[in-house]
Amino acid sequence: MIETACLIAFGAIAAALLMNLYRLARGPAVLDRVLALDTMVINAIALVVVVGVFFGTGLYFEAALLFAMVGFLSTVAFCKYLLRGNVIE
Amino acid sequence: MARFLPHPVLTVVIALVWLALVNTVSAGHLLLGLALGVGIPWFTQDYWPGHPRLKRPLKIVEYGLVVAWDILVSNVQVAYLVLFRRGESLRSRFVSVPLDLRTPEAVTVLAGTITLTPGTVSADLAADGGAILVHCLEADDPDAVVAGIKQRYERRLKEIFE
Amino acid sequence: MAFATELLVSALILIGAFFLVVGSFGLAKLPDLMRRLHGPTKATTLGIGALLLASMLYFLLVRGAPSLHEILISVFLFLTAPVTAHMIAKAHILRDGALQNTLPEAPDGAGWATLKPAREDAPAA
Repeated sequence: MIETACLIAFGAIAAALLMNLYRLARGPAVLDRVLALDTMVINAIALVVVVGVFFGTGLYFEAALLFAMVGFLSTVAFCKYLLRGNVIE
Repeated sequence: MARFLPHPVLTVVIALVWLALVNTVSAGHLLLGLALGVGIPWFTQDYWPGHPRLKRPLKIVEYGLVVAWDILVSNVQVAYLVLFRRGESLRSRFVSVPLDLRTPEAVTVLAGTITLTPGTVSADLAADGGAILVHCLEADDPDAVVAGIKQRYERRLKEIFE
Repeated sequence: MAFATELLVSALILIGAFFLVVGSFGLAKLPDLMRRLHGPTKATTLGIGALLLASMLYFLLVRGAPSLHEILISVFLFLTAPVTAHMIAKAHILRDGALQNTLPEAPDGAGWATLKPAREDAPAA
């Protein structure tokens, strides 16, 4: 039953990623694209976690953790750049 | 004591994060985590001058439960609004919430709470720190939103921090 | 017991996936950026929280090998989601001139921090 739930979740997260991709392509403003990228990172983390449950292995958690950190840092760096014109002051 | 352990809470947090990172709870890793938890605050204490004071730490539990419940409710509400309402028909607006809180830590926690709970996102802070700019997804009555935030979250945070 | 555990884990996975889809759907559907911001910041945090809870229960109850990484990931995401939303909102306010005219006034005429950079003589908050 868990395998079936995982398969449904794969499909749902793939649909979510496609909707993020639509927003990333459409824009219209640069911040819409930043927000779309941030949401894509969160969906990617979710995908990694579900893959971990599906295959019953804990090996993927480091990947999820690194995704979370890199996604947060890059979003904040994008916003900082748009706010101030540079990233490190 | 204060020189040897400048931030006791940080020590505990570092030890717990270490245990979660290695994914095992054993005596050896607990010792290593505690060594890191003592060493890192000690080496970096020049960069952490402020010592935020908690007046009533036990109130944090009550606050956490209230916020967790509100997160659940708000998610269902936002999911309903997103799925069954036309985007243009949502009465979204900005609201200015005046603050009684003064400590930066308390204002940070309040802003984070506002973003995680019912249909509101904290968008900006007044230049003198006297108000938070909040965006509401669906709000008829801005005064009710302000009163709700002040009554539900700010009052509790004031008890915890000030 | 085993059946109840499987049911609980499956239900949590499905709830998490549902909220992820709703958050992304809100991002794609809603008409302007401030409204779009609501979908991802809320729905995706709860969605991923439910998925991580499911994963933790799965490894604890089905595999018998407790896993602590999930706590770390969910705490990290719950701490960072408001920060990213706040940064995106600030950058949006700065860049959208039409939006700036619709903002409510800050009390005491202080002005909002994004539009009014801190002065040298400003009192430390």
